[in-house]
Amino acid sequence: MSVKQISVFVENRAGSLLDITTRLAERNINIRAVSLADTTRFGILRLIVDKVDECEKALREDGFTVSITNVLVVRLRDEPGGLSDAVRVLTENGFNIDYIYAFISHAVNDACVIFRVGDIEFAEKILTENGFKLFSDDDIMKI
Amino acid sequence: MAKERFDGRMFWEKDAETMSRAKIRQLQLERLKWTINRCYNNVPYYKDMLDKAGVTPDMIKTLDDIRRLPLTTKEELRKNYPFGLFASPKEDIVEIHTSSGTTGKPIVGGYTKNDLELWGNCMARLVVAAGARREDIAQISFGYGLFTGAFGLHYALQKVGCMVVPISSGNSERQIMIMEDFGTTVLVATPSYAVYLSELAKDMGVADKLKLRLGLFGSEMCTPEMRAQIEKNIGIIVTDNYGLTELGGCGVSGECEERQGLHINEDHFYPEIIDPDTGEVLPEGEEGELVITPLSKEAFPIFRYRTKDITRLYSNPCKCGRTLIRMDKVVGRTDDMLIIKGVNVFPSQIESVIFTMPHIGPHYQLVLRKERFMDSLEVQVELIDGSLLEQYSKLEALQHRIREKLRSVLGIDCGVTLVAPRTITRFEGKAKRIVDLRNS
Repeated sequence: MSVKQISVFVENRAGSLLDITTRLAERNINIRAVSLADTTRFGILRLIVDKVDECEKALREDGFTVSITNVLVVRLRDEPGGLSDAVRVLTENGFNIDYIYAFISHAVNDACVIFRVGDIEFAEKILTENGFKLFSDDDIMKI
Repeated sequence: MAKERFDGRMFWEKDAETMSRAKIRQLQLERLKWTINRCYNNVPYYKDMLDKAGVTPDMIKTLDDIRRLPLTTKEELRKNYPFGLFASPKEDIVEIHTSSGTTGKPIVGGYTKNDLELWGNCMARLVVAAGARREDIAQISFGYGLFTGAFGLHYALQKVGCMVVPISSGNSERQIMIMEDFGTTVLVATPSYAVYLSELAKDMGVADKLKLRLGLFGSEMCTPEMRAQIEKNIGIIVTDNYGLTELGGCGVSGECEERQGLHINEDHFYPEIIDPDTGEVLPEGEEGELVITPLSKEAFPIFRYRTKDITRLYSNPCKCGRTLIRMDKVVGRTDDMLIIKGVNVFPSQIESVIFTMPHIGPHYQLVLRKERFMDSLEVQVELIDGSLLEQYSKLEALQHRIREKLRSVLGIDCGVTLVAPRTITRFEGKAKRIVDLRNS
């Protein structure tokens, strides 16, 4: 039950992020979660959006370099130790976490954390067995 | 000149193309004398120039005496615009061509009837050597007009007996339609236009229906890597030919099917390689600036013309049987050579690296800067493939690979910047890929 994440290449130039966000706004695409790390030469913008297929198509048409990656969106208790529980389960099972970022939804009271790991199906199984709830693409569209 | 009819053999003028080196040199000497006499007696500007250099035509006794003659440049042609250097009376001139003249007045070349015949034959040798045959349907997608390319190929392919389709450039959908409906087998175009047409044919879903088998490309440089890409895209054999408006247009040299250098039509064009800084003639095999003396031109003779093109010559025999000397593909021009940290760098070298790297597009821009009194080169390329967006480290590894490859080819270090697709400016004519900020 993974979720499709959109990655967009962002060059290090004034206005390049605005180009992307403007396109999404024009097409009425809502961003659920976003992450952009601080590097000197270029960036990779990672997005979780409500209409993922439409978003991908629109960005490709506009000539952006785009890829789709499956990530896990895990619901966590919004209280101290919530994230730590999930990270512990993954770590104890030998996972190397590539990156995480998070958002809080108004629809559910939990915190939502996006995990990118290597063997995503196995991670999903482990987390589910340990009682964590995961979002699907449909859930993301609805919240 | 006895001309053999073409009948399926590999040569257009076999005797001329396969004569012994001694005989070539003998012929070159006779024709050089004729040309210098013509320049001296018919063109006041050249007489003055030769007088100032203390040279008279009777001083040309051996081929090496050509070195006594001064070199000529585009400047001479500019000063005498438009007809000042013609050696035939205007009423004998039957056709005119010019350079594109992107900077200032164009170069004007004139042709007598004999010149046109010679031009057609020189080009016919090249297209036959490249593999064109009487059965071919040849679509000429060069722009017709003052530019020499379209007419040169037109005359040549018609002499060979091909069905010539003089469609000119532009209206690309129509080009593809004609290609499909007529069953075009030979495409004459610039390499970049050929790439564009091949992509369009794919988009229109007719790429598989085309019968193209041979591309005769010219007018801009086609690196081996670019050629490989075109051959992969549309499955045709690509050959290059070379010429300059100043030398009567295309027809100076071209590749045979062996594609091991371009055979110079040496009985009509005498080549030398010089050191571009000193003007000194370099031994065969060394790289330098190509200097050409046309040997048979009536209307527009010139001697020791500096082409600004960098190449080298070699006269060892070619597998095709031609004894004509060969030149390498032009590696660059003296006026687009960059000197970075004291090292000579040609944009074509950078292009050859970029074309072989995965994940990036064929467009690039070079930015030169001065940082703490040191030159720096930044190469900008477009990231066109999203598959590396998974991890920063993959993109960094790609940058690193490009940089390492450039370092090994250029001999200097440079920065590599990945930019978004379609952000580097596209050029329809001459590309301006260099931004030099060192003196700003």
